[in-house]
Amino acid sequence: MTVEGKIDLLAAPDRRAVPGIGFAWLRRLAPLLESIPAMIGIALILFWVLGAALAPWLAPYPPNASDLKALAHPTPSAAHWFGTDHLGRDILSRVLWGARTVLTVAPIAVLGATAFGSLVGLCAGYYRGWIDLVITRISDIVLSFPVIILYMIILAMYGSSAINIIAVITLTKAPIIARIVRGITLELREREYVAAAKMRGESALYIMLVEILPNARGPLIVEMCLRMGYTIITIGVLGFLGIGLPPPDPDWGGMVKDTYGMMSVWPHMSLIPCAAISSLVIGFNLLSIGLREIGLRD
Amino acid sequence: MTDRETPILEFDGARISFFLRAGEANVIPGLSFAIKPREALGLVGESGCGKSTVALAIMRYLGRAGRLTAGRILFQGRDMAELDAAGLRAVRGRRIAMIYQDPMSSLNPVMTIGRQLMEVPMIHEAIGADEARARALAMLGEVKLPDAAAIFERYPHQLSGGQQQRIVIAMALIARPALLIMDEPTTGLDVTVEAAVLDLVRELRQRHESAILFISHNLGTVAQICDRVGVMYAGELVEDGTVRNVFSAPRHPYTRGLLDCLPTLGRDKHSAALRSIPGQVGSPLARLPGCAFAPRCGFAEPGRCTTAPIAPRELAADHRVQCVRVAELPEWRHPPGDGGDDRGEATGPAALTMRGLGKIYHQSQGVFGGGGRSIAALRDVELVAERGRTLAIVGESGCGKSTLARILSGLQSASAGTVDLDGTAIGGLAIDRRTTALKRRLQMVFQNPDSTLNPSHSVGYAIERALRRLKGLTAAQARRQTGRLLDTVKLSGDFARRRPHQLSGGQKQRVAIARALAGDPEIILADEPVSALDVSVQAAIINLLTEVQAARGATLVFISHDLAVVRYLADSVAVMYLGHVVEFGPAAAIFAPPWHPYTEALLSAVPEPDPDARRDRIVLDGAPPSAAAIQRGCPFATRCPRKIGAICDDTPPPEQLIAGTHRIACHIPAAELVALQEAGPPSARPASTEPIDRVLAS
Amino acid sequence: MARFFLKHLLFLCLTLLVVSFIVFVLTEFTPGDVARKVLGAYATQEQVALLTTKMGLDRPVLVRYVEYVDHLAHGDLGYSTRFKVPVKDIIFDRLANTGMLAAIAFAIIVPLSMLLGIAAGMRESSRFDRAIMLFSTVTASIPEFAMGVFLASVFVVALGWLPGTATLTGGARWSVAEQLVLPVATIVLFDLGYLVSMIRASMVEVMQRPYIRTAVLKGMPFRQVIVGHALRNAMINPVTVMLLQINYLITGVVVVETVFAYPGFGRMMLEAALYKDIALIEVGALVAVFVAVLTQILGDLGYMMLDPRIRG
Repeated sequence: MTVEGKIDLLAAPDRRAVPGIGFAWLRRLAPLLESIPAMIGIALILFWVLGAALAPWLAPYPPNASDLKALAHPTPSAAHWFGTDHLGRDILSRVLWGARTVLTVAPIAVLGATAFGSLVGLCAGYYRGWIDLVITRISDIVLSFPVIILYMIILAMYGSSAINIIAVITLTKAPIIARIVRGITLELREREYVAAAKMRGESALYIMLVEILPNARGPLIVEMCLRMGYTIITIGVLGFLGIGLPPPDPDWGGMVKDTYGMMSVWPHMSLIPCAAISSLVIGFNLLSIGLREIGLRD
Repeated sequence: MTDRETPILEFDGARISFFLRAGEANVIPGLSFAIKPREALGLVGESGCGKSTVALAIMRYLGRAGRLTAGRILFQGRDMAELDAAGLRAVRGRRIAMIYQDPMSSLNPVMTIGRQLMEVPMIHEAIGADEARARALAMLGEVKLPDAAAIFERYPHQLSGGQQQRIVIAMALIARPALLIMDEPTTGLDVTVEAAVLDLVRELRQRHESAILFISHNLGTVAQICDRVGVMYAGELVEDGTVRNVFSAPRHPYTRGLLDCLPTLGRDKHSAALRSIPGQVGSPLARLPGCAFAPRCGFAEPGRCTTAPIAPRELAADHRVQCVRVAELPEWRHPPGDGGDDRGEATGPAALTMRGLGKIYHQSQGVFGGGGRSIAALRDVELVAERGRTLAIVGESGCGKSTLARILSGLQSASAGTVDLDGTAIGGLAIDRRTTALKRRLQMVFQNPDSTLNPSHSVGYAIERALRRLKGLTAAQARRQTGRLLDTVKLSGDFARRRPHQLSGGQKQRVAIARALAGDPEIILADEPVSALDVSVQAAIINLLTEVQAARGATLVFISHDLAVVRYLADSVAVMYLGHVVEFGPAAAIFAPPWHPYTEALLSAVPEPDPDARRDRIVLDGAPPSAAAIQRGCPFATRCPRKIGAICDDTPPPEQLIAGTHRIACHIPAAELVALQEAGPPSARPASTEPIDRVLAS
Repeated sequence: MARFFLKHLLFLCLTLLVVSFIVFVLTEFTPGDVARKVLGAYATQEQVALLTTKMGLDRPVLVRYVEYVDHLAHGDLGYSTRFKVPVKDIIFDRLANTGMLAAIAFAIIVPLSMLLGIAAGMRESSRFDRAIMLFSTVTASIPEFAMGVFLASVFVVALGWLPGTATLTGGARWSVAEQLVLPVATIVLFDLGYLVSMIRASMVEVMQRPYIRTAVLKGMPFRQVIVGHALRNAMINPVTVMLLQINYLITGVVVVETVFAYPGFGRMMLEAALYKDIALIEVGALVAVFVAVLTQILGDLGYMMLDPRIRG
């Protein structure tokens, strides 16, 4: 152990609070305030979350309404701060409404993947043997499959709707979470407090959910943050490839798809949604760096 | 006349701090000592006393946060702080070399042993690869590693702990340093391996003329190697002098406290309770103005002891003590030894009986579990634990004691044999097949205080949950009972709300004991419960266990590798080797001849802090054979210094009944064994000629 | 060694079988659809039914599947309804195109990511390290299409140095090399972010290991500590991940191909999916999985060779 590590042992006992419910949680996040990446990340995320939540009030125009007058001069102007797209729709409004879409689909998908993946990972790590073998092999197959191809096949065949997209993303992201949780479970199941739980007759479900899972909170939260970023990218990509949500609902990826061909004439139409999606993902990735920095992953 | 030789190492008022986010942690407030050339100085202290910091400070390897803020560290008369980067590199590894605590992680896992050894002379002496190779091979021979050429090409993970440590020693000595720093070099090694390594160090010391700084928490090992010793507490040197002076006539209250709480081979619980040191070490972030030990010292006087820093006083030649009241303290006596026998040979009713217990593991290889080897972790174990008494099971790593614990507790099931708990057969019953009533009767205290409690649960929750599961109490009842249990383990009620990370090691173990007592068990299984604790805390926990056991009339099955603790606690002892019980009997009988040859070797290997007790040691060769190998004869035959011939390899030894319940599994008849052992330890055995692969078989 | 290969070969075949079956079932699930796809939307139900029977599409799925595998084994990969050529003629061309892109990108990514990652991890929290971390976070956060758009807007629209599309057709104004610059750059930047942060993390972890302390306290110069001791340990994990990137480079770059209209494998699959070109989808999926499992095997091999603890 490093010398610093030893000093940490000597230092005052409550240097780092352990995850708990209630105010202890918030107190523990206080060090985040000192981390620059985390603060920038939170700022970016908050910006978009507020934008999305308040879109109905903030957006100056309905997102699908075409302003025919602006068709001739779609570049940013006083009337349209971000300009309009090739169909005369206000880009600012579409971007705000698009944020709503992304920020509803992505969290649900990530939560689904986390819940499902955690359960699967817990079982694989705790029971080992047969169950572990089967689960790991299946996850390997799913993980090794190029997801884009999978999306294309499923969504092209079965149509793309919010439900389908969420389902597909959940299924493809779950193995990653499962692998992480499995690793943690394999380690934690050897801990003596698990043995003590067995000796007082706790069921396997109790041990997995009450003894093991809470101690995986740290790495899990960091991973969820990272997954949010990647999921948002995925949603954008799907929209860009034309297999995302059907038009005319504003979808950042779809907005780029419709307008990037006109880049040489009207670059702002595609640049702005690109900047939007990039900034949101940067936000989540910075936050995950910050979380890791403050040692949430114990 | 002795000329004033420049000390090889000198600390002159050194003050070292670590600058953390929480503030300045002043780990070492002001340290002064010196080591003469070719002298061996030991630094002892418990965790957090700063001894490792001293070692790293000498090498100027304190990390980003650590700094020498005042004073000087002089090596061969020169101030280390004045060295530039090149100068520092020239000193490191060449003039000062270091040996570390955990040899496995100190060696590069992807580089062969040979290359790691060769690097040292190649860097410092600019010699070619061939010459370096020759030097490395010679060094491997000096550290008594057989088959040097084969080891040269191996990787660290293919060697045992003892062998890895010898490699680290070889790496340190190959450049013939003037100062050798050894930081807890034998912690984590088995007792017999430790004895062999210490022997090696003593021998090499004669040959190499290096001075040694030996850092350890184990006073016994320091007494074996060093000429002088310094006792550290909270970063200060509270007492230093020759080993003889400090250990036979300690003057500082802390040194006395340490020696008082050490169970040695001469003490048992019927003579006197172990005296522990109350309280805890303070934090270096908030140092007290006066003596750091004052809050825990029985002789502290508010005012004299607590207001100003204490200056060290010279007592006799070369014996310094940092205590204002040193002249006023009463004389110290060694804690009383054998207080006479315990309740005699009369045996009580058996609470736990094990017959023919065996356990075989299958290590599978191949994709679907085909092939593989079977490892016999336990073979034909037959033991009895008497009601209300303590049975200790002692042995080194690989002897099967942990497996035994898991079988008794139900975490694993036995492959053969029976375990009888006062009428109920439990041998085949895994924990999930035992009734709640049965679960209540046998509970366990584990080894590692850091992983015995769930970090996400509060102390209260842990105990209450046990109460509710095992006794079916309601929430309110459980809460009340938790308070009572905390009382039993001498913790105040508000501990219930705390989380494990807020507790010290000793406190965590107390909670673990409270949790184990929740069901009012008849049998308490303790698997190395004090091995991970500091010596002063160990004593308190041992006292607690004996108290609890006596109060409840419970049977204690105590597993340990520490013979001194076993001597103190146990009523009957079982000595295990490679899955077999080689000797079993009442404690007094075990610690007197006749012994099984393994017990004999084990006892001679225990390092004692008593400088007069330098025994002739029996050093065992090699390592225990792999448990996967099938043995026909005595398991100890490959290393036994008293082996009589082929019969030891071919035939299993008979169980000889010596007296009462005392039995030894050996081919040598008991009478002859007594005569041989009273004559003294066996002469040195010729070095093992077995090829390294057999010995390393893993 | 032999056991290693056998085990993995078995797994490869198993996976191919399972995946091809799943894809087959997914795409050909309702026989009527297949016939309708062939005939188009204006055919009558009667005609569809006739064709269904004629093509033998009403037989049980398993039978059809076995027949399909049989066809594959004989080199008959089917006919692409989207591109109106036998699958054989288009799939390998496209694969080669993507392969070229992948090879160039890989050749740049490997040395660059190693250099940056190791230099950053060597001195944790230095200014250089922080800069690299920021850089890699940002580039890993920008989706490929956004990156492509950004780069294009600068180099194509604003500066006019490079072409906006890379169709590889005809001499025209831009050479093949110039056409490839932007697609390669987009791929490299996006992938770099991820790899650099991973290598950096591995390096940081290794630098904290006790054996590095041993090496330093032996008096070894810093450079030798890094090259001799830290490097090999730090690269054990990243090497396998880098090999897995090959998988991404071949099958995952569909977005970049779309942005720059590059005639690659991914784009082909996208169009096949959108036009429900069954034959192409099936073969394409097989190829994709084959590449995936192959790179996994390579990754495992690399891991085994670098870490003696696995071999032992």
